This record gives sequence, C-alpha cells and structure tokens, in this order.
Amino acid sequence: MTVESTAARKPRRSSKRTSAVKTTAKTSAKTPESSEPELVQLLTPEGERLEHPDYSIDLTADELRGLYRDMVLTRRFDAEATALQRQGELGLWASLLGQEAAQIGSGRALRDDDYVFPTYREHGVAWCRGVDPTNLLGMFRGVNHGGWDPNSNNFHLYTIVIGSQTLHATGYAMGVAKDGADSAVIAYFGDGASSQGDVAESFTFSAVYNAPVVFFCQNNQWAISEPTEKQTRVPLYQRAQGFGFPGVRVDGNDVLACLAVTRSALERARRGEGPTLVEAFTYRMGAHTTSDDPTKYRADEERASWEAKDPILRLRTYLEKEGAADEAFFTALDEESEALGKRVREAVRAMPDPDPIAIFDNVYADGNPLVDEERAQFAAYQASFADTAEEGK
Amino acid sequence: MAMEKMSIAKALNESLRKALDTDPKVLIMGEDVGKLGGVFRITDGLQKDFGEDRVIDTPLAESGIVGTAIGLALRGYRPVVEIQFDGFVFPAYDQIVTQLAKMHARALGKIKLPVVVRIPYGGGIGAVEHHSESPEALFAHVAGLKVVSPSNASDAYWMMQQAVQSDDPIIFFEPKRRYWDKGEVETDSIPGPLHKASVARTGTDLTLVAYGPMVKVCLEAAAAAQEEGKSIEVLDLRSMSPIDFDAIQTSVEKTGRLVVVHEAPVFYGSGAEIAARITERCFYHLEAPVLRVGGYHAPYPPARLEDEYLPGLDRVLDAVDRSLAY
Ligand SMILES: Cc1ncc(C[n+]2csc(CCOP(=O)(O)OP(=O)(O)O)c2C)c(N)n1
Repeated sequence: MTVESTAARKPRRSSKRTSAVKTTAKTSAKTPESSEPELVQLLTPEGERLEHPDYSIDLTADELRGLYRDMVLTRRFDAEATALQRQGELGLWASLLGQEAAQIGSGRALRDDDYVFPTYREHGVAWCRGVDPTNLLGMFRGVNHGGWDPNSNNFHLYTIVIGSQTLHATGYAMGVAKDGADSAVIAYFGDGASSQGDVAESFTFSAVYNAPVVFFCQNNQWAISEPTEKQTRVPLYQRAQGFGFPGVRVDGNDVLACLAVTRSALERARRGEGPTLVEAFTYRMGAHTTSDDPTKYRADEERASWEAKDPILRLRTYLEKEGAADEAFFTALDEESEALGKRVREAVRAMPDPDPIAIFDNVYADGNPLVDEERAQFAAYQASFADTAEEGK
Repeated sequence: MAMEKMSIAKALNESLRKALDTDPKVLIMGEDVGKLGGVFRITDGLQKDFGEDRVIDTPLAESGIVGTAIGLALRGYRPVVEIQFDGFVFPAYDQIVTQLAKMHARALGKIKLPVVVRIPYGGGIGAVEHHSESPEALFAHVAGLKVVSPSNASDAYWMMQQAVQSDDPIIFFEPKRRYWDKGEVETDSIPGPLHKASVARTGTDLTLVAYGPMVKVCLEAAAAAQEEGKSIEVLDLRSMSPIDFDAIQTSVEKTGRLVVVHEAPVFYGSGAEIAARITERCFYHLEAPVLRVGGYHAPYPPARLEDEYLPGLDRVLDAVDRSLAY
C-alpha cells in the first residue's frame, strides 16, 4: 500500500484493518496519532492470518519456523546482553525487546548483496546479516567504536549520532545506481531521529536522484522520554509523500507483514523506482538503554497493552495452530537459546581490553607524522613504568 | 616539460579535469557546480565534458552533500565536494567531524574515506557576512582529517591531484581572493609530498610562516623589509594538518625568530599550535618569543572594515620589528 490519497491514510479508530476506509471529516490536528493506526497486518496479535491486497506472502512451514527461531534467538541474545550490563560486563546496552518482528522481518527481506546502515539497536538485523552477535558487544563493552568490517556482511557500523547514517545509505545507494547494480540499500532509524535534518536531507537526496534505498523507521513510540507526538504532527509514513515517494505503515510486531512490506519496497528500489519509507509501528518494551528509567515518563499500562501484541507469541500461536512446529522444535530452540546465551557470556568475559597503543591505530589511512610522534611518546612513557617496575624488584 | 601560466582558479579546474579523466570513480558534487561551473567557476565546463553523473548538482543541503559523499566513498567512489563558501560549511560540520573523520578508525581501518571537501575561504573580496571566514583550525583540531591550502597555481594544481588520490578525508581550503593570481604550472613534473612546507623566500634574520592567502602578504612584507636591510625567510606551510614542524624548525634554527601569520582569529588558531611546538623544539635557538599576526576575537567584520581586520603588510612588518627588537 502506498500513499496515493492522504485522506485514505488518515489514522482511524475502526478496528477493521483490511477494507479501504475513506475518512472525509477533517482530522483534528491535535490528534496526529490515533490509538488504532491504519497499518499493514498479516498476522493478528491472536495469531490469525490476514490477507492484504498489496502484500501477499506465502511462506513454507520451514521459513515460518526460521523467522520464529531468529526472533527467539535475537531476544535471548538481547536478554543476555542486558544481564551482562547488570553484571558490569558492558558499560551500556540498548535493548531491542519488542522490536524483534520489525528487525527480523525487514532483515530477512534483504538479499546478500544489499547493504544495511543501522543505528545502534539493530541487533536482529545484524543477526540476519550473519554478523557474529559478540561483535556487536565490543562498543558497548568499551573496547572499540564499532570493530567489524562493514563490507564482510554488508552491514555498516552502528551509528550513535541519530540520523547520520540515512545520508550514508543514500549516498551508497546513489553509488549502487551509478554502478548499474540491482541491489538495494536499507537505512534504519527511529521516530526520534525522524526529526533530524539529516533524515530530511536523505529523503530529499534519495528522491532527487531516485536512489535505491528503503528507509525503515522503527517507530517504537519513544525517543528516550519523548513520545512520537513530540517529533511529528502527522503520522510518520505520510511524510514521504511530501518528498515524492511512497510511505507505508506496517504492524511492526507482525514479522510477516514486516517481511512482505520490506520485500516489496526493496523490489521497488531494485526496479529503479526509487526510495520508500516504511514505518514499522512497534513498541520498545524495555528501557531506552540500561541507563534509562522509563517509569519516570510512561505508564505501566501502556507496556501491558503492548505485551498483548508480542511479536514472538503471535507467531508461536500461529505455528501451533497450523501444526507447523511441534514440541520437539520448541524444546530444541530453547536449548539453542541457552547455548547462545552461554556463548555470548563467555565471549564477552574473554574479550580483552585493547592494547593502549591502539589509541593511535587507524586514525589515518595514509599515516600522519603527528600521530607517529605522539605514539612514540606514549610508548616511551608507558615503557618508563616498566623500568620502574623493574627497579622495584 | 609542459609549463603553463595560469590562475589558481584555472589550475584547480585543470586539476579536477585531470582527476575526472584519470579515474572514473572521481565525482564532483556541490551546489551550482554543473552548468554554472560553481560560483567561482572552479568546475567550469566539467559537467559539459563529463556529464551529470560525474559532475553532480546537489540539493542545497550541506550535511546532505557530505553525508552522501561518505556513502559514495563507502561504495568505492572518490567524491570531491564543493562547499560554496566558508561560512556555509557548518551545516555539514557534524557529518565531517562525527562521521567522515572517524569512520576509518571505527572500522578498525577496514574502510577508507577518500573524500575531498573543497572550501573557498578567507576575506579580501568585499563580500557579505559568512563569505570571508577562515575556519581551518576547527578542522585541523579534529583527528582523522587532513587540512591543506595552496597559495599559488602550481600548488593548487598538484595539491588537488594529491588530495583526490589520498585515502584520507582532506579539507581543501582554497584562498578565494587569490583565485585570479597567475603563476607557472609545470603540469608534468612529479610534485613533492602534500604535507610538506616549502620555502617561498630564503632569508637569515627572521622566519615568517603563512599559508594560503597570507603567503603573498608575507612575500611582500619580506620584500619591503629587504629594502630596510632585513633578510626575511618566508615559509609556505601548505598543510595545516599535519604541520611540517621539521621545516619550521630548520628555518627557525637558522633565523632565531618566528612570526606566524594567518587570517583566522589568533586565539586558539594555528599560530598558537606552531608557537607552542616551536618553542618546545627550538627554545635555545629563539632570540624572541614567537609572535602571531591574525584576525581578532570578533566576528568577521563588514566589508568596509575588513582591511582593518585582515593582516596586511604593515601589521606583518610591525610584528617583524617587534621580534627583531628583542
Ligand atoms: C544527534 C544526537 N542527539 C542526541 C542523541 C542522544 N540520543 C541517543 S538515542 C536518542 C533517542 C532516539 O530515539 P529514536 O530515534 O526514536 O530511536 P530509539 O532509540 O527509540 O530506537 C537520543 C536523544 C544522539 N545520539 N544523537
């Protein structure tokens, strides 16, 4: 579904989801987000399959189990990282709890030759790209600022400055188009980041140059303590229209819908039809990061209402109803989850602090005499302690 | 040997043309760089010859220009972006500082960012606000960036070649009031290293260090001082990051006196960095404290006052006299 008519896309209170409703009355500017937004949904919170005229999807039982497995393992990894932060092994962690469907759905829509520009919370997308999850922990432990080769999995480094990476994605996509390649690029960002100038500029550039990029906004309702209403007066997906490309809102807790909508947007990009904005309407179940205290700004009931929409539970209900997974599958997955948790825990604890001299590594590609000089001074200074230790013996 | 006399503007244009010609990955991007050839015509005729895919008119969004150039560099291109004027680089400052400068290190060296950011800078052309500034220290302070500025046509030609070939991001400051100054360009010879200072005039009594637009002022000051019997050496720094301290040291060990001249405000400027390092390196050779001549700690003034603000012959000679009086 693309934005053809703004009127047809106005948020509505009706609980019917598939019929096209035309809202004729002017929507009050005071209520940019209604409680029941119109969104693409293929799997209800109760685990019922829906059809959608624009986004049909037909997955084998094997593929469905695969999506389920990805979500479960990602959640387990995330929980382990949160625990490791509590145990003092990580300085900080940004949990993706609640956003598994948005990330696995979009991540599984990608082809190997597509390129991903994430923010700092895309652990599920990284998982889909085959990035070893322990690689993601280096920056949160404080041993590096990224630490992986973006080109080995076509997964760029996490970007902390919000919104910056949308421009990198756009530039990269411009390059893809210049190369005549048929791959696509996807940029992740949050609803808070949508207020950044860089995001607006990336919309402008991608539209003007018809760049093969998909903007995947995870609207998890909060930017630390600020609700989406503090970022925008219109539903986010509608913003695309003003830039001249389609925007679509998808149920971000529905892995099938996220997969179908992202796949369609990527195919559109590959066909040379330019960018799409996908707004995955979802919820951040935990704190913004381990340093955050959400009790200061949001009500418990809100979280509870979203718990009923849990992305993993609804797929499990569906799998069971369809007979697509048996008890042995779930038991094996539990074991695999525990093994992953253990592996991550051990890997983090074994992660060595970097050699201090690494401060001077890779500052420049072609070298710099100032860096060389400071490195030598630093090394000499460090060595002077070794001498003292020697003398002290 | 192909020796040609041309302006700095023409030398830059020829150099960019050569870069586009030699490497299909080189791109030119910026506001008005296409049909118009840029407001200073540095990219004149390039779009006509290389097409809109290589010489790209961009939306008017500086962060977008640098941010997308980063993405293109990640894809294997070598973008040369033009910021229309010095005072308009700040919307892109975030991308330059937080992304362009750091990404190579964050990726543990696995990716390279061969992006050149061209900035026409400095005063002396009677422009309105935000068209005359010298923000080089703001970039030189940032690890991961390299900052250079040619002062003559030959350097303009060769330093641009080297900047485009560099795998590090280069902030390339072009002295806009010197764009029309002509000089000999030897288009065949192999140039010296990009970050090496050059001796623009030899002397024995005092060293003047300058770069970009101020080199010419310092050469004039040295010529005037010669008539008073003073022998002044002028060093053209060429690179503000890294700085060729060895060259400055060699000169100061010979002359015993140093005056640093730049248009940018003196406070926290490149002169401060040079004074500190040279004092450390040459303490026993110095006959006088290192002096600095530059802009004031005030917004760049309206055009009718810029001659007061910019270091001219008299202010440079005054500093020379003060140094020699020690
Ligand atoms: C330019 C910038 N400003 C502020 C911050 C601090 N900050 C980090 S995350 C965040 C909220 C981002 O919210 P959103 O974009 O909705 O993404 P979410 O974290 O909810 O996934 C803020 C303000 C930042 N990282 N970058």
